[in-house]
Formats: sequence, structure tokens, C-alpha cells
Amino acid sequence: MSKNKVLLTDPLDDNNPITVQVLGICSALAITVQLKAAIVMSLSVIAVMAASNVTISILRDLIPNRIRIIVQLVVVASMVVLVDQILRAYAYDVSKELSIFIGLIITNCIVMGRLEAFALGNGVWRSFLDGVGNAFGYAWILILVAFFRELLGSGKLLGIQAIPDFIYEMGYVDNGLMLLSPMALITVGLIIWVQRSRNRKLIEQG
Amino acid sequence: MNRDSNVYTFTFATLMVFVVASVLAYTSFSLKDLQNENVRKEKMQNILSTVGIKTDRDGAEKLFDQYIKEQLAVQSDGSIDSSVNVFKDVKLSLEIKKSPDAQDFPLYVAEIDSEKFYIIPIRGNGLWNAIFGYISLKEDLNTIKGVVFDHVGETAGLGAEITQDWFIERFIDEKLFDANSTLMGITVSKTNNDPSNLDKTDHEVDAISGATITGDGVTDMIKERITHYVPYFEFIKSSNSIAVVSNNNLNLN
Repeated sequence: MSKNKVLLTDPLDDNNPITVQVLGICSALAITVQLKAAIVMSLSVIAVMAASNVTISILRDLIPNRIRIIVQLVVVASMVVLVDQILRAYAYDVSKELSIFIGLIITNCIVMGRLEAFALGNGVWRSFLDGVGNAFGYAWILILVAFFRELLGSGKLLGIQAIPDFIYEMGYVDNGLMLLSPMALITVGLIIWVQRSRNRKLIEQG
Repeated sequence: MNRDSNVYTFTFATLMVFVVASVLAYTSFSLKDLQNENVRKEKMQNILSTVGIKTDRDGAEKLFDQYIKEQLAVQSDGSIDSSVNVFKDVKLSLEIKKSPDAQDFPLYVAEIDSEKFYIIPIRGNGLWNAIFGYISLKEDLNTIKGVVFDHVGETAGLGAEITQDWFIERFIDEKLFDANSTLMGITVSKTNNDPSNLDKTDHEVDAISGATITGDGVTDMIKERITHYVPYFEFIKSSNSIAVVSNNNLNLN
């Protein structure tokens, strides 16, 4: 049991896909301007990773070794198309906002990485947990970055004004730089800094 | 079975393609209606927003029926083809590929508090892909009431900014025609020299830094599209001046 639990908790901190493995940075920069988009992107990645990890794990004894990467790609791509189609039907505004980034989940290294490194060699349940765990590890960083960028960049959270008027009247101004990609990178950098100074395991031997 | 044999690999790949294709085709097919419905309502939303009516997608249909009084298929000679259902059947993306004589030019007439507005769909090319939108004119067929722009794939942060409120607000109250009724359009200009956008008769608005080609696309599409409506505008104006007394005789044909 505890071995399975590690699959869920490890990617949240010690082996976080963004801050430790430095995967999926591209989308972390692109869609963290608003909290809402980040949350939907996270949910989509969770769905795609869980579903494709499970699919690959079921097929792992059938997949021909020589075309396994292609098979993984096809599985991920079809999951992503499914998510895209469903969003377009049921959450149209969000799908417009995420536009090409939903398609770019396919290129998110975290997904393919987990399929290749884990799902091909492990059972269905463990693969599911691994997929969900890694997706959550990705998700919470994404949401944290989006929280700061939306709060400091536009003074809002989930589109609702979060910084009260009297602060603006005292001369506070939203920081437009927070809305641009470089600040996402810097925010991720700050998170990595905090994480590394807290977590002894991550301190590299000099 | 030998998982490394060629036969197995090919069989697996073929089967996989069939299964994946069927699943995707089925999903796409069963969600098609819902998706089209969203696109249709968004179109109504966009048309309404040019005349200052903001609504969510679900409320769009009711307000559209309430405010949009006429939907006309204007021909290049200024006449109206009343056999065409403009909203449903005229796809501007296909229409602009035809020669102007063969095109239907959609025109929506809105009436809000007994004021008439004319809404024209526009479409052209940005830097990477199509850009499109709607432009609404006041009753003088010259002053812009509002615009809305959208795009397929302009660069985020640069060309894609044409959809933003601060950009489209610059078009409000600008004039399309000069004093001699010559069509000037609206130029998205780098040399506007009018930072507060106070001069509403200069036919210019400020461009967006780093989005030159998209801006030029906006300039071009406004002028190109409006040109084809000029004969019909002339017709309305002349029939207006004839029917000054009985002002309700704005009807067409």
C-alpha cells in the first residue's frame, strides 16, 4: 500500500515533473496568465495522463517493441483530441481560451515520459496512480504560478477582482510584466528555490 | 506469438489505426451538434456586441431575435436577394473566394430604442491565418458604433491583441467616409499622431506595436468589405431622402 501511495505523493514534491524534472515548462509559461485556464489545463492533463497511462498499461504485453513510441503517441494524441472535442461541446469559452495549448498536451514531455518510463512496465492500477500523481505534480505548480500571475498582473482571481479598490486609490498599480511569459519563468524559478531550500533530498552534492 | 515479427507489428498497427479512427469519428460525430450550437450562439453574441449589447452565450439567441430586425443578402449592385437565409447559409470564408458579382454580402439591421444600426461581417487575412469580425454603423452609414475582431492564429500578445477591448474601443465613432462621401475605411496606423484618439474624422486608429501585418490586415479587410456595400448604402440614403415624410418606408427591394 505504502508503495502505491508513494506513486501519488512522490511527484508532488521530491520528483515534481516541473520543478525537479523540468518537464512541461512550455505550457507552464503559456497558460498561467489566468487561474481559470490553468485549472482547466490541469484537469485536462490529469484526464489525459490517467487515461493514456491506463491504456498503455493494459496493452503493455501486446505492443510491439519496435513501434512502441508510435503507439504511445497515437494513444496520447487520441486522448487529447477527445478532451478537445468534449471541451468544445461543453466548455466552449474555455476551449477557445486554451485553443492550441490543448493540442500541445501531446507534446508535453511529462505524458510521453511517464508512458515510456512507467506504464510500459507496470500494472494498470499502479500506472493509473502514477499518471494521476504526476499530473497533480504538474497541476499544483501550474495553479500556483497562475495564482500569483493573475493576482499581481491583473489584480484578479478567477476573473473576480481580488485587490480591493482602496489599495489602488493609495497608488498601487497592477504589474503588467506579470502577464508576460518571462515572469512565469521567474515565478517557477522562485518556486524551485523555495522547494530546494526546504527539501534536503534535492540539494545536490557539490 | 513473436512480438518482434514484422507480421505482428503490421497487424498491430493496422488494428490500432482502425480502433482509434472509429473512436474519434464516433466522438466527433456525436458532439457535432453541440459544438455547432456553440459556434452559432457565439456568432450572435459577436453581432450583438458591436451594437453594445453584452450577453452570455445562452442569452444570445433571445436578444438576437429581439434586436436584429433584418438579415439581408446584399448584392454587389446594391439590390437584395431575399431568397437567402444570411445567418445560416452565408459563410464568409467561402464567400470571399468568389468574384464580387457572385457574392452575397450579409448585412444585419438592428433596432435598439428606435435607432437603427447596420452590422457588417468582415473577413480578411492577418499574418498567419484569417482574421474576421463585425463592424456596426450608425444610421448615417458612416459613423462606427462598434467593432469586434477575432482571429484564427495570430501571435499571442501581438496580433492576437486585436480582440482586446482597448483596441476595438479605438474604432468607436470613427468615420468610414470623408466629407465627399468617398470611402476611406479605417487605417490602423503607426503614424496616427493622435494619442488620445480625439480626432474621429482622421480615418485612423493607433496600431499595435509588433503587429504590423495583422494591423494592415484589419485596415484592408474593413475597406475591402465595406466597398461592396456602398451601392446599397447609396440606395438607402436616396430612398431615405425621398421618404423623409413617411419615415417608415425604409423597406428594401
